[in-house]
Amino acid sequence: MSVDRRTFLKGAAVAAAAGAAEVQAAHPAPEPPSDAVGMLYDATLCIGCKTCVVACREANGLKPVTPDWTDGLWDAPPGLDEHTKNVIELYREGDEQSYVKRQCMHCVDPGCVAACPVKALEKRKFGIVTWDGDRCIGCRYCQVACPYEVPKFEWESPVPKIVKCELCLHRIEEGGQPACCEVCPRGAIIYGTRKELLAEAKRRIAAKPDLYVQKVYGEHDGGGTQVLYVSHVPFEKLGLPVLGERGAAAATRSVQGTIYKGFVAPVALYAILAGVIIRNRRSGGGEA
Amino acid sequence: MSHDTPAPVGGRIVSPFLSGLLGLMALAGLLLLWRFAAGLGAVTALNDGYPWGLWIAFDVVVGTALACGGYAVAILVYILNRGEYHPLVRPAVLTSALGYTLAGAAIVIDVGRYWNLFLIPVRPWTWNLHSPLLEVALCVMAYIVVLWIELSPALFEKWRASGDEARAQKGERWLGVWGKIAAFVIALGLLLPTMHQSSLGTVMMLAGHKLHPLWNTPMLPLLFLVSCIGMGYGVVIFESAVSGAVFGRPRHTAMLAKLSGAMVVVLGLYLVLRFADVVIRGKLGLLFRDGYSLLFWLEIALFAAPMVMLMDAGRRRNFPTLFRAATLMLLAGAVYRFDTYLVAFRPGAQWAYFPSLWEILITAGVVAVEIAAYIVIVKRFPVLAGGRSAESA
Ligand code: SF4
Ligand code: SF4
Ligand code: SF4
Repeated sequence: MSVDRRTFLKGAAVAAAAGAAEVQAAHPAPEPPSDAVGMLYDATLCIGCKTCVVACREANGLKPVTPDWTDGLWDAPPGLDEHTKNVIELYREGDEQSYVKRQCMHCVDPGCVAACPVKALEKRKFGIVTWDGDRCIGCRYCQVACPYEVPKFEWESPVPKIVKCELCLHRIEEGGQPACCEVCPRGAIIYGTRKELLAEAKRRIAAKPDLYVQKVYGEHDGGGTQVLYVSHVPFEKLGLPVLGERGAAAATRSVQGTIYKGFVAPVALYAILAGVIIRNRRSGGGEA
Repeated sequence: MSHDTPAPVGGRIVSPFLSGLLGLMALAGLLLLWRFAAGLGAVTALNDGYPWGLWIAFDVVVGTALACGGYAVAILVYILNRGEYHPLVRPAVLTSALGYTLAGAAIVIDVGRYWNLFLIPVRPWTWNLHSPLLEVALCVMAYIVVLWIELSPALFEKWRASGDEARAQKGERWLGVWGKIAAFVIALGLLLPTMHQSSLGTVMMLAGHKLHPLWNTPMLPLLFLVSCIGMGYGVVIFESAVSGAVFGRPRHTAMLAKLSGAMVVVLGLYLVLRFADVVIRGKLGLLFRDGYSLLFWLEIALFAAPMVMLMDAGRRRNFPTLFRAATLMLLAGAVYRFDTYLVAFRPGAQWAYFPSLWEILITAGVVAVEIAAYIVIVKRFPVLAGGRSAESA
């Protein structure tokens, strides 16, 4: 018996190791869609006036968040939440200081889209990641999978929704632009095609190499994003995570995709299992 | 009646213990009304940083692994052709059917938009075939059906033995049908857990940098698969011990001792894979650093302990040793899963999660349903092998 078992396990281990090696090679990360639009945020220009936060609420019908310490007077969301798709945060360390705008990054290879079991979140028109409530089961896997902690859930509702920035798709479709970009008095957040924005970002950091960190965040990070960042302080300090060029979505897809490619392996395994069981039952070993 | 033929335990259903379980269920039922009326935030400590908590990590991820007894024994009996383990099949399938059904219920409780959950099977155009969670959802739904079909001969046998002529015939007929389709159903019962138990590991790969690198690895599916098989054997031994003590059934110590040999192999394989993974990915430095390193070693100790305890064939025949090792095995697998889904998941310093009292009570209610259903079914249906028959009880 133990011989049987050992060969079986050894075979399984070898197959698994071979599979794992193959996995790494296949499945290249996707390119941005050809019609991809996005935004460019320039931390050196932002003065933290939060005009964009107010405009975002108006454009999306979201009510203000007024914590107790504001006596209900100030719209002061501490971060993204189920009423807040856009927020300005402050980073300060000694003399170094910067604001940072946070909203959905509209990733090129989004974790949330890879996660969502029912395609409620998908990259739709212009590569914008939107949410479809007719499909969403409320499993919150998108929250687990988003590296930027963007999707929010309506915890206090019996019929909860997922809330996140959809790049004001409704405005873009009418020929407009995202509300936050339209109102920014400093041009710290601008709208455009991803191509244009990337070129503009590179132009800015080349023009003032002493001011900018020599990198456009989102060009490649986690597979790239459609919202890009340039800054005078290191991006990690602004809360933008250090991600490889291949995001978790690509890594997971290569494992899942290899195991289930064309559904061949499961069907083959089923056939083998059924065959072995029939043979064994005939020989009288495992009668039901 | 042969010693190995399943027979109902018989006896009275109502007992103080069962009443206690009923009380827990009632309490959980009230809390659930609240949860569905006021939303998840009203009863849970979940938040946007920790969107998954006790119900997913314990009820679903640990719960289905504890329900892998049917899977693990079926591998032995039907694939490795060890017919001698056959008496273990039916009780294992029962705990699996109950475990999976209740895990399914826990998912319904946990998801926010459950009305869309039920539409998944009929809306294939919405399936994201790259999502490990879709794979889990479909396989778990299908496996619940398969498990109850695998258990249905218990019902047909009850009919056959009922003494009522028409019923007995019906039972005979259905048993005939089962005999014809059994191989194909059993094969599904092996395929589906292989798929979704591994996918339950893949699920957490998508957590990316938020899941500590000692846990986040492309090996997750394999580690989850191997450890669930170990837990399956552990649970069979555990269940034999408990039902032996409570219902006076034979413990099959000799058989379980042999079975625990399989557990040693599985545990060894898990440990080899786990270490090989850390070495290959070049993460050795993380093994001696911080609290996560300690957590890792705690898991390793929990997996290694039962292996060492059972290494010696002689000690395996000592029932208390066997029982202790099985319990440790279950704990090891449970802690590994809990860590992967919660403890090693680090969404950021501003977030914290500890299950609320209500969450814990609802989980207790789910477990109570499982135990109560088990008691009722083994008392009335032929599930447990040997011992007293229904008539003599
Ligand atoms: S930032 Fe998060 S929510 Fe937005 S597309 Fe990327 S993964 Fe999805
Ligand atoms: S919560 Fe909704 S949108 Fe998010 S992953 Fe689940 S089904 Fe998709
Ligand atoms: S694009 Fe629209 S939804 Fe997104 S942050 Fe700007 S205003 Fe808000």
